[in-house]
Amino acid sequence: MKKILNRPEDVVEEMINGLVATHDNIVHRVGDTRVVARNYEGNGKVGLVSGGGSGHEPSHAGFVGKGMLSAAVCGDVFTSPTVDQVYEGIKAADKGAGVFLVIKNYTGDLINFTMAKEMAEDMDNIKVDSVTVNDDIAVEGSTWTEGRRGVAGTVLVHKILGAMAENNATLDEIKNESEILINEMATLGLALTPAIVPQAGKPGFELADDEIEFGLGIHGEPGYRRAKLHESKAMAQEFIDKIVAELKLKEGEEVVAFVNGMGGTPLMEQYVFMNDVLNILKGLNIHVTRKIIGNKMTSIEMQGISLTLLRIKNKRWVEYLDQEVKVAAW
Amino acid sequence: MNSVDFTKWFEIWTSEIQTHKIHLSDLDNAIGDGDHGFNMAKGVAAYQEAHLNKQDLSIGDECKLIGMSMLSKVGGASGPLYGSAFLAMAKSFGDTKEITHDQLVAALTAGVESIMYRGKASRYEKTMIDVWLPVIESLKQNNLTEEMIDSFVNETGPLKATKGRAAYLGDRSIGHIDPGSFSSGLLFKALLKLI
Repeated sequence: MKKILNRPEDVVEEMINGLVATHDNIVHRVGDTRVVARNYEGNGKVGLVSGGGSGHEPSHAGFVGKGMLSAAVCGDVFTSPTVDQVYEGIKAADKGAGVFLVIKNYTGDLINFTMAKEMAEDMDNIKVDSVTVNDDIAVEGSTWTEGRRGVAGTVLVHKILGAMAENNATLDEIKNESEILINEMATLGLALTPAIVPQAGKPGFELADDEIEFGLGIHGEPGYRRAKLHESKAMAQEFIDKIVAELKLKEGEEVVAFVNGMGGTPLMEQYVFMNDVLNILKGLNIHVTRKIIGNKMTSIEMQGISLTLLRIKNKRWVEYLDQEVKVAAW
Repeated sequence: MNSVDFTKWFEIWTSEIQTHKIHLSDLDNAIGDGDHGFNMAKGVAAYQEAHLNKQDLSIGDECKLIGMSMLSKVGGASGPLYGSAFLAMAKSFGDTKEITHDQLVAALTAGVESIMYRGKASRYEKTMIDVWLPVIESLKQNNLTEEMIDSFVNETGPLKATKGRAAYLGDRSIGHIDPGSFSSGLLFKALLKLI
């Protein structure tokens, strides 16, 4: 393992300190908690809170600030934050109009966020609601009771709901929109190389030099098949076929296309892939209204990529995506 | 059992977790995300530290101390699941320093119910519940042995996971022992030394 670290066990602490010091005009750390919160006074708006295991930077702390998240809770690497930390995040985000949680669909995140929600409701009388993002269609929900995983699409949820909260939407309005939103998006990812959790010091799985894994999760969870490395075009085609079928996208419909880097794949390759994605969608006569690219939901140093398509069911989602933000990483 | 036994129980368990830290993470690497051992080690270290300044605790407070350590230091699913189990046990025992076998069984039952409620899981889903439930059953009949605990743990191997992160593997989870069951096996083997 080659990484720029001091002690592996200090990686999250030191990352948070570095992050809040770098972006001190936007965010601060709440005491000695694992909560990164937006610099602002109470403004009577709904607070938006997300979080999860670390190792997905800039998710989620890089999206804290005006127009997106009010607070992000940083767990250990690939591990959900604890109940007390999520509870601190909810309290930090509460400005009197309630708090909305954006949870990625993993058992640990769900249990910790749910228990924290109950604590904030019972002990502090904060109104809390939530959405569970499950955009990864690599693992199907019908046969496995855990349902689909939450991956890169979560960032689009942050942006759209964050703009709504900034525009004074109520907790109920945000909840209703969130449920529509998560049903209109689908994501697929693939990996060329594994991620190494600093404290583990070794890769979570092995891939041969000429092998890729389709459908791999953002924590290195196995995907739906292994294959020899393909051309970018072929990989884009496979993803688009599956996503179009899942969302039942039809000719003439409008989508947002989001190409996300997993951490170790350069932007050069991401643009090659995006070029293929846009050409294929054009051939299908699916109109790409907005394109988003970059490392936003990563898996440490994993080489890989994911594609998210969001059907624009509500025209205002485009306005929300365009709305100005002041965050570290959008 | 008295409160000194509880201190010993948790001492043995927490040092066993430290000893098996790497093995627990390796088990988790096969079907989850490889962090179970590291996370549990962090929680038990927090308990060991918190316990240093505490003396003469009631049985309820012993359980509460270890429960809060798990809840506040162990992320993922295992922290809040163990945490809420120990807190449920604390509530069941209350402020006492001596308990009967029946009280132990009742508290463990409250503990596993809390795990099932929080994890929305039941038996045969390849989780720690597959160790807790048969252990409690055997304790009721007063015939629990170390071999039985090992076999409860090993019996999670052939099961297909339908809860927890291993559930995403579906059939590919078959053949691997559930790491949460292994750490629960250590908990009950430690208990067996004291009853």
